Formats: sequence, C-alpha cells, structure tokens
Amino acid sequence: MSNAISARWNGFMNNFKGPWTRERKWALLKKIGNGLMNNMLFILMFIAIVIIAVKNNNFLKPAAIINIISQTAAYLPVALGVAGCIVLTGTDLSAGRIVGLTACVSASLLQAVGSSTKMWPQIGVIPIPIVILIALLIGAAFGAFNGFFVAKFKLHPFIVTLGTQLIVYTLLLIYVKMGNNNGMAISSLDPSYTNFIKGSILTIAGTAIPNYVWIAIVLTALMWFIWNKTTFGKNMFALGSNEEAARVSGVNVLATTIMVFALAGAMYSVTGFIEGARVASNNANSGLNYELDAIAACVIGGVSFVGGIGKIRGIVIGVLMLRLIFIGLTMVGIDQDLQYLIKGGIILFACALDMRKYLVKR
Amino acid sequence: MDQALLEMKNISKSFPGVKALDNVSLTVRPGTVHALMGENGAGKSTLMKCLFGIYHKDSGRIFLDGKEVSFKSSKEALENGVAMVHQELNQALTRSVQDNLWLGRYPKVGGIMVSESIMKKRTREIFDELGVNVDPKVIMSTMPVSQRQMVEIAKAVSYDSKIIVFDEPTSSLTETEVEHLFRIINMLKAKGCGIIYISHKMEEILRISDDVTIMRDGTWVATRPASELTMEEIIRLMVGRELTNRFPPKTNKPGDVILDVQHIKGKYTRLKEATFQLHKGEILGIAGLDGSGRTEVLENLFGSMTREGGKIFLHGKEIRNRNPGESIKNGFALLTEERRATGIFGIRDIEDNTVISSLKDYLVGGICLSEKKMRAKTDWAIQSMHIKTPSRKTQIRSLSGGNQQKVIIGRWLLTKPEVLLLDEPTRGIDVGAKYEIYQLIIDLANEGKGVIMVSSEMPELLGVCDRILVMSGGRIAGEVDAADTSQEEILTLAAKYV
Repeated sequence: MSNAISARWNGFMNNFKGPWTRERKWALLKKIGNGLMNNMLFILMFIAIVIIAVKNNNFLKPAAIINIISQTAAYLPVALGVAGCIVLTGTDLSAGRIVGLTACVSASLLQAVGSSTKMWPQIGVIPIPIVILIALLIGAAFGAFNGFFVAKFKLHPFIVTLGTQLIVYTLLLIYVKMGNNNGMAISSLDPSYTNFIKGSILTIAGTAIPNYVWIAIVLTALMWFIWNKTTFGKNMFALGSNEEAARVSGVNVLATTIMVFALAGAMYSVTGFIEGARVASNNANSGLNYELDAIAACVIGGVSFVGGIGKIRGIVIGVLMLRLIFIGLTMVGIDQDLQYLIKGGIILFACALDMRKYLVKR
Repeated sequence: MDQALLEMKNISKSFPGVKALDNVSLTVRPGTVHALMGENGAGKSTLMKCLFGIYHKDSGRIFLDGKEVSFKSSKEALENGVAMVHQELNQALTRSVQDNLWLGRYPKVGGIMVSESIMKKRTREIFDELGVNVDPKVIMSTMPVSQRQMVEIAKAVSYDSKIIVFDEPTSSLTETEVEHLFRIINMLKAKGCGIIYISHKMEEILRISDDVTIMRDGTWVATRPASELTMEEIIRLMVGRELTNRFPPKTNKPGDVILDVQHIKGKYTRLKEATFQLHKGEILGIAGLDGSGRTEVLENLFGSMTREGGKIFLHGKEIRNRNPGESIKNGFALLTEERRATGIFGIRDIEDNTVISSLKDYLVGGICLSEKKMRAKTDWAIQSMHIKTPSRKTQIRSLSGGNQQKVIIGRWLLTKPEVLLLDEPTRGIDVGAKYEIYQLIIDLANEGKGVIMVSSEMPELLGVCDRILVMSGGRIAGEVDAADTSQEEILTLAAKYV
C-alpha cells in the first residue's frame, strides 16, 4: 500500500523535474485549473459553510448540524431510489406522490387507539413491521408498474411516470376521504410510531439524533451494496450505459428495468413511512415535489442523465448540499424567495460542470 | 500542370493508440477528378474529416485557391465552396426534399418568413440542371437510398462548390444511376470543379478519374495519373505487403460435428432459410453481400432476433436459444457487428466491460460479487488478449478499436463458450491488430471451440476459415472449401438469389 502511495507521489513530483519550458508551465496550469473545476462544487460548499458560519455563530453548533443531518436523512431514500432510474437514462416523476400515498397509509394505520379523529376506528394497533411491509409493497408495486411500461413498451420513463403520478394522486385523494377522515390531515399518531421514527437512542451535546437518521444510514449502506456488489447492480449500470450491448451480453433487460423501478418505489415508501410520523399531519398534498428535489440532488451529486454513471457517495453529497443551502440561507437571513434562484443556479452549474467530463473532444 | 485548386500538405492526426494520418498530402487540380484509394482504415475518411474540420488535424496545412484555410466545421467549409457527399447519409428523414436541400440557409421573405415557393422553384432549377427527377415536396424517408443520395449531390452542387468530395457514392446505386452520376460528375468537371472521389471500385476509378492517390495505413503511398495505372498496380500499391503475411498459419484441425442447424428462419428479418453444420475446432465463414442475411444467421442463432422456425442441435441435443441469456447458458457467444452501438459500454471501465457476461462466476455466498475474482479475470483478459491499456479502470471508449474488440472477445471467453459467433470481427481495426485477432480466432479453434465468422472482406474469409457458406437473398447459396475457392466463385454464388 505504502509502495503505491510513494509511487504516486514520485509520479506527482516528476511533474516538477527538468527544465521549465513554456509548454510545461501551461500544461501544469491547465492541470491545476482542471483539478479546481472538477472539485468546484466542494470548494463552493466549503466557501458557503465558512460564510454562513461567520455570519451566524449557531451554524456550527451541534443543534444546527444535527438538524441538517436529520433533514438530509429524511429526503435521502427518495434520492437513492430515483438515482437508479436516472442511471437507466430515465427519471421518475411519481416519487413524490408515492411518498404522499405511503405516508398517509402508514399514518392512518398507526393512529392512536381511541383518538376522535381516527381514520379507521375499528382497527387496533397494528405492529410497526407489518405497516412498514404494507408501505414497501405499495411503493414497490407502483415502481414495478412504471418499470413494466418502460421496459415492455419502450416508453420514455418521463411519460410513464407522468401518467403514474396522476393515477397515484387520485388514489391518494380517494384514500384520505375514506373511513372517518373526510380528507383531513392524518394526525394523533400512536406513540409507538412517533417514538420509532422521531425518538432517539443517541444524544450528542444535548441534541437528540432522531431514529430515522439510522434508517437512512442503513438504507444507504444497503443501496451501496446493491449498486456495487451485486449482479443486479452491475447489470443496471451496463443497461444504462448501452441497452443493446447489455441485451446481447445476456442481461435480462425487462427484469432489470422493472427491478430498478420497483426498488425505487420501495425507497420512496420508506421516506413515506418516515414522513408519516415526522410531519405527523399528512394530507393529499404530502410528498408534493419531493421528486424534483431528489432528481436535483442526484444530478448535483454526479448521477448523470447520460446514463450508466453514478455513485451513492455523490447522491448523499447532493442531498446534503441542497439541505445545507436551504437551512444555511435561512440562518443568515437571506430572503426565502431567493432560495429557489440559488437552487436553480446550483443545479445548472453542477450539471454543466459534470457534462464537461463526458463531452467528447476530437 | 494547372495551378492547384486544393492543396493538403503533410496532414497528421492521431487518436488514442492509433496514428490515423501520418504526413499525408493531396493536390487537386481544377476540372479534374482525383480518386482517393486505400483499404478500409487506410485513412481516407479521416483525411476528409480533417479537411472539413470535423476532426482537428494535429499538424499540416491546407490551401484553397492558394489561400491557407482551416475550417472549423463542415458549414464553414461549405460556405467556402468545399462540399461533401457522405457515405452515411445524414439527412432529416422526416422532412421534405427541399427542406433538406436548403437546411441552414432557407430563402426568406421579409427577413423572417421562410418562403416555400422560392425554395421549390430553386430546387426545381437545380434538379433540372442535374437531370434529377424528384418531387421537391416528397418526404425523404419515403424515397429509396439512391434518390436520397441524388438529393445530397444536388445539395453539394447548390452551394456552387469548387471542391466536391464523393465518399463511396455508388455503393447504393444501380448501374443506370451510376451512369447518371458520372454524367453529373463530368458536367461538374467541365465547370472547372475539383472532384475528390473515394471508392473501392477499381473499374469506376479507372474510368472516371484523372489522378489517383493511394493511401495505406494512414500514410501517403503514391499519386499517379490514372492513365498510367492498371488494376494490378493499384492493388499492389494499396496492399503494399506480401499477402502471405496477412494471416497467421492455420493450425486448427476440424473434428466432429458439434452444432447442427436445421432450417432456421427469421420472423421479422431477411433470413429465409439456413441449414448447416459446425465442427469442433472449425472456423466456418459466412460470405455474402450486404443485406444477404449473414448477420441475421448469427443473431437468429443467438436468440437476439426472433426465430420463426427451425431446430438447433448442440451435441445432438435440441436447444432453443430463445434469448441471449439462454444462449449464453448453452455455451454461445456473439461478437456483434456494430461495436460501438451494441458491443461496448463506452463510459464504463475495462473491468465492467469484461465481467458483464459472466457475473455469476464471481458471486460469494450467492449475492455478493467478489472484487478480487473480477480483478483477476480482468487481468487475465488484458494479459492473454494483449490489450494495450493504462489500467483496468480505464474507460473502454478511450481505447483503440482493436483493443476494444479484444476486451469484448475477452468478455465472451470468460463465459467459456463452445460456439463463438463473430460478426465482422475486424471491422474498423488497423492492420496490425487484425493479425492479432486472426491469431486469436485460430487459437480458439485450436482449443476445440467452433467459430462462425461473418465478414465482408473476402481475403479475410479465405485466409482464416476452413469452409465458407455463401449467403444470397436470405438463403445459403452454396458452400465452398476455403482452401480451393476463389473470390470469383464466391461472388458468383453471392449473386445467385439477388
């Protein structure tokens, strides 16, 4: 290992040996410039952190940091799911509505017994694992539905999920009017549910870390494993990179596509289950536009629409960066309205930076 | 000699791993046809792409009418009177003929509104001048390729070009259409244009051209007046090396029959009927014209095209090969014709490209892929195929065509196939790498694998294969022994059902 490092170091130092011609100086400058550009996102994030920290002393205190981490954790599963669809050169617009539906279903099944606003008064306390399973099944089913249309009829995922999104929204509107609910927000949750999500088993410097952070960490590890260590993951990247070549290489295109979308759907339902208790007052508008934030986070994190490219690390950084900007800007007192402008700018900037790498120069 | 109209001096161009052009010069006189000849991969197209600024030349200078030029795009070249009729037609197929003709310079009324009537009138004028009989309002995709080509030629003429490059213009034309094209070319000659004519067809070249420049492996070989050249002389200059050196010695010995294919037929494709056997350790060639159903035989066997009928027996046992996955399990491998489109995963690295078809061999505990095993197999492929790459983690698209092809062959060998289906295995690969691929194919046959190889290059089939099937019009027109047949015999068979 140390040999490899010293070899790299020697290689690096070789850049500085020998006479300094004009061309060499230019080449070195170009190399430094490229290095700066490729890491520009991190540099800007660092500058932003410094500026915000200087303007508001509370920014680097545990409470604020844990707040950013918690919010990142809540939005992360959606991004992890939609990233797979982007790797297949697709997208998924139905993510937000699936989050909304699973949030409402989870919350309605886990309302406190005896509460006057209980949607289904006749049912008692359902064990949490069963509710999680129901949510996962709902999400995966809609995901598989998307994947089937994409793979079987060669429809662009944009169109398929645009349609699914509307279907899911109607189901959601119907669902919140069922039982005793009449379309009201679903609240008065059973304490076991609230504790499971918002409770804490670890407190740092007086600030509790909510449990859903651990859920997000486990999911991230799981997705990393699936993407990098399984046949399915390798097939997914191959399919995203060149569908025809993947087919000829023996990849089952239909099954892989359906699996990617179903896995994505399952991921949305995890966020739905978390949001059910985290927001604790869900209605038909829950989950609205979550997909846009998730897609934005993915592209900022280098999951390219070119297809076949993306890293779990990038997705986590993308979600974190968006949350950081949101929370940081509020903390330095910048007008809320400007947030969207800044977010839009970051998306364009990050993607333009990213595409530089894939533009074929000849 | 007249003053040169176009002068390209000492042009060089390199791609990663390949020197595509090495100090090539070309001089075109006004009112003449200058033929550019060379084998596939000799650098003719690359030279033209450097002229049009599609590729950036590494060094060299270009003079047009004595003035130095360096076009940045084909649009700029067009505006300066240098036009090209491409081999692959890049046309907006869903639009009309006149839309295509005036694309990028639509005649306008009042500065904003595109005038359909002026467009139509001018299109008619040009078509009348050239004797082309095409309705300007017809949608491109509804016309045969030959007519679309005429539109392309009309477009080049409409720019009042001084230099017009024809890249394999006759490959999709019938004999009468070729005569028409030659009349057009003679007309352009009379107007004082300089024509660069790229073609493989010797008779055409000797008939139409005034000067001939021959290229080989990216270098300039000779420029001579066409009147001083014979067909034999051109071939000698183009090949430039002893034919015996082109192929490795054939050491494989065919054994018993391993594959028996009975009456296979394509459902949506041109393949009408094919019945043949393949022996262990045999290299079976498939020859035929473009569109004769060669590729379809392989893809049908492999299950990537739908089969309508017929039976396949491997070692006497019937197999179905309904899709690529099933075929791979049955010990088949298919190297596809279009490497970029259906072979490589361009943005993924060598390792991912190598292991994709044999992933289940690297599983630990049924789900987790072992990085160590994948690395070992990739290294094996790099070493045994002599793949020239900086590392395992290099993007495959940065390798040369020959090395990409070796990666894909490595991918298939890792699936331990018994029957290898190779579709144009040396297309777009430079000469040195071709020899290595031939050696690989013969080595595979030596190991007892059965190889079926489709190729449009007849010398390659004659030099590498044991038997050759000749396809014509979706059927097998005949079978010849590679050791005692000739190109003439194969060509005669290839024309049998056309």
